Amino acid sequence: MSVLDTTEVKEGVDQETVDAVREVGGKYKYGWETEIEMDYAPKGVNPDIVRLISEKNEEPEWMTEWRLQAFARWEKMTEPEWAMVDYPKIDYQDVYYYASPKSMAEKPKSLDDVDPKLLETYKKLGIPLKEQMILAGVEGAEDAPAEGRKVAVDAVFDSVSVGTTFQAELKKAGVIFCSISEAIREHPELVKKYLGSVVPVTDNYFATLNSAVFSDGSFVYVPPGVRCPMELSTYFRINAENTGQFERTLIIADKGSYVSYLEGCTAPMRDTNQLHAAVVELVALEDAEIKYSTVQNWYPGDENGVGGIYNFVTKRADCRGDRSKVMWTQVETGSAVTWKYPSCILRGNESQGEFYSIAIANNMQQADTGTKMVHLGKNTKSRIVSKGISAGKAQNTYRGLVSMHPKAQNGRNYTQCDSLLIGDKCGAHTVPYIEVKNNSSRVEHEATTSKVDDDQLFYCRQRGMDEEEAVALVVNGFCKDVLQALPMEFAMEAQQLVAISLEGSVG
Amino acid sequence: MLEIKNLHVKLEEEDKQILKGVDLTVETGKVHAIMGPNGSGKSTLSYVLSGKDGYDVTDGEAVLDGEDVLEMEPEERAAAGLFLAFQYPVEIPGVGNMTFLRTAVNAQRKARGEEEMSAADFLKFVREKAKSLKIDADMLKRPVNVGFSGGEKKRNEILQMAMLEPKMCILDETDSGLDVDAMKLVAEGVNALRSEGRSFLVITHYQRLLDHIKPDVVHIMADGRIVKTGGPELALEVETNGYADILAEVA
Ligand SMILES: Nc1ncnc2c1ncn2[C@@H]1O[C@H](COP(=O)(O)OP(=O)(O)OP(=O)(O)O)[C@@H](O)[C@H]1O
Ligand SMILES: [Mg+2]
Repeated sequence: MSVLDTTEVKEGVDQETVDAVREVGGKYKYGWETEIEMDYAPKGVNPDIVRLISEKNEEPEWMTEWRLQAFARWEKMTEPEWAMVDYPKIDYQDVYYYASPKSMAEKPKSLDDVDPKLLETYKKLGIPLKEQMILAGVEGAEDAPAEGRKVAVDAVFDSVSVGTTFQAELKKAGVIFCSISEAIREHPELVKKYLGSVVPVTDNYFATLNSAVFSDGSFVYVPPGVRCPMELSTYFRINAENTGQFERTLIIADKGSYVSYLEGCTAPMRDTNQLHAAVVELVALEDAEIKYSTVQNWYPGDENGVGGIYNFVTKRADCRGDRSKVMWTQVETGSAVTWKYPSCILRGNESQGEFYSIAIANNMQQADTGTKMVHLGKNTKSRIVSKGISAGKAQNTYRGLVSMHPKAQNGRNYTQCDSLLIGDKCGAHTVPYIEVKNNSSRVEHEATTSKVDDDQLFYCRQRGMDEEEAVALVVNGFCKDVLQALPMEFAMEAQQLVAISLEGSVG
Repeated sequence: MLEIKNLHVKLEEEDKQILKGVDLTVETGKVHAIMGPNGSGKSTLSYVLSGKDGYDVTDGEAVLDGEDVLEMEPEERAAAGLFLAFQYPVEIPGVGNMTFLRTAVNAQRKARGEEEMSAADFLKFVREKAKSLKIDADMLKRPVNVGFSGGEKKRNEILQMAMLEPKMCILDETDSGLDVDAMKLVAEGVNALRSEGRSFLVITHYQRLLDHIKPDVVHIMADGRIVKTGGPELALEVETNGYADILAEVA
């Protein structure tokens, strides 16, 4: 594959490294399964299962209660149908809500204690990629300190976190980075204060279900004035069959702090559908900044639409403090069905929200994704850059809300929403909702839809690239504004994903 | 050597014959020029040779060093050494010029079973070639042809040609839109590439370019055929008298 060729390689870069990185191409490269003994809770969901999950995580009573209330609420709700996606009815009683590697019965103290098979899994997932990237000369790599950039990783395997790296070093800086179950035990005051404060338990069907049955996820707290000394990242992996993954992430950036968080997701190839319903809550206090980047590559199903992950995710940031800032960047290439709208509540005056998105849907994939920017404070600003690519018979919908409340004087939004079609059996839809309730705000919306240009492809092919390489190059060019917003740890993986997800889309 | 015999081409979408029996042989190491009135089929010939969609070959053949190019995919023709400097180079937003060049160079090398060029070698190579065409570092970084002036686009085509080192170079009006100095640069670029193993087919309307790139043979194309072939003096004749005399003579 040629993806690496599309990265500017700096002078003096070691060719061996470039080649090594290039090796990772291929079809759906994460499609293998780790054979590992699992502990399952019985299939289905009811108050006993909720209690069992809570017990497995050694949670205090208040947490169990919180979950049970959520469950009671969920039982009275109905699944939403407004999204432009279509999938067979999910039997929520036919899903495992808890699966954990047997070797994890005793929580490991450090990565050394983790089952080597698990570690092998994460190694296969390419964690960490940072050195390869620096050597391969990804743009921006030279800004890294000489000894290379560090990425602290929390790895979530099916239902449980299997280990978090660099915890000691982070602790020195005062940063708490651990699994959410550990945070519930060790930092109950923080969890109690913030959990559900951005995405209320009652928010929506999937968020409520998640509140009842979430098994694990990541927790981050950055204390006032601290610039988190390294990138934080979580890799989510669904391995076990018929298992839902319900992770919960909570990130709090206290006054004047900064953190950049990366999230990667993969799953084995299976011909049954699997459910993923995560909730992510971000809280940015005064002058704090959070960058949250996702490379979502859950198994998308095959060309005929068999199998794949249902990805129903609620992600929301509360820019609670004045001058706080949140930036969502997402590269969504996987999943059979995606339903996801990372949003910003711009509550603080002069707070800012940004959303950069690449959503690729190929074959039979369906994506309904976008963002909400809710301007509550004065002089708040938001920026939305969405690049949707549809190929095969896929349907790709951008759904976005920009809302200027009466008190959001001088609010500003700029939205750029571009769709690219490959072939003539796919669809792109743009559904912008705009509400402006004051006179001083300004909302700008630009949208384009185009087809991959035959002249561009012919030009590339005349210079020697095959059709897939040509498409990958042109599409990566189309996505450039968003790719540039990614931390370099993910930029290269994302470029490769763009190419891989479009394989077979032409000709 | 490129041998075109009795080439007939019509549009795929409509019943319109554009090339009506082109016969043309460009020997290895030679420079041939094609002149001819607007709409006579010069660009169409270059597109059909390089494999653009939208045309049907109804008769005839085109053989490059013994290989039937009309049967190949565009990228296979490129790897076989066929290069087209476009009359209207295409813009590719978001893709750096350098990235594009490197992808192209390595794709061709791979197709030919050669080693890819190392990043360091590539950079050295591209800088050297760019310098002689007065293409600065900024133009190498910018997206392919986006916002390039007409002359910059044409120089960029020649840069690509220099990097790819093709065997058969087709230049479609690379001189149009160039100022006097740029024309000289482009001609020097072409002359620097002239060699025993490399052939050129230069499509142009003006004698000016041929002052710099001295052709071995000049053809006149009209209404989808080569109607007259001669030496460099034929280009001078066109320059002074236009096509009327030649067309009347062959009619
Ligand atoms: N895709 C097309 N659709 C319709 N007509 C076409 C198409 N391609 C070529 N033609 C026609 O075929 C004829 C030859 O065009 P071509 O571009 O090859 O001419 P040319 O000799 O390169 O002209 P010029 O000197 O103006 O560049 C013209 O009449 C043109 O309009
Ligand atoms: Mg022409």
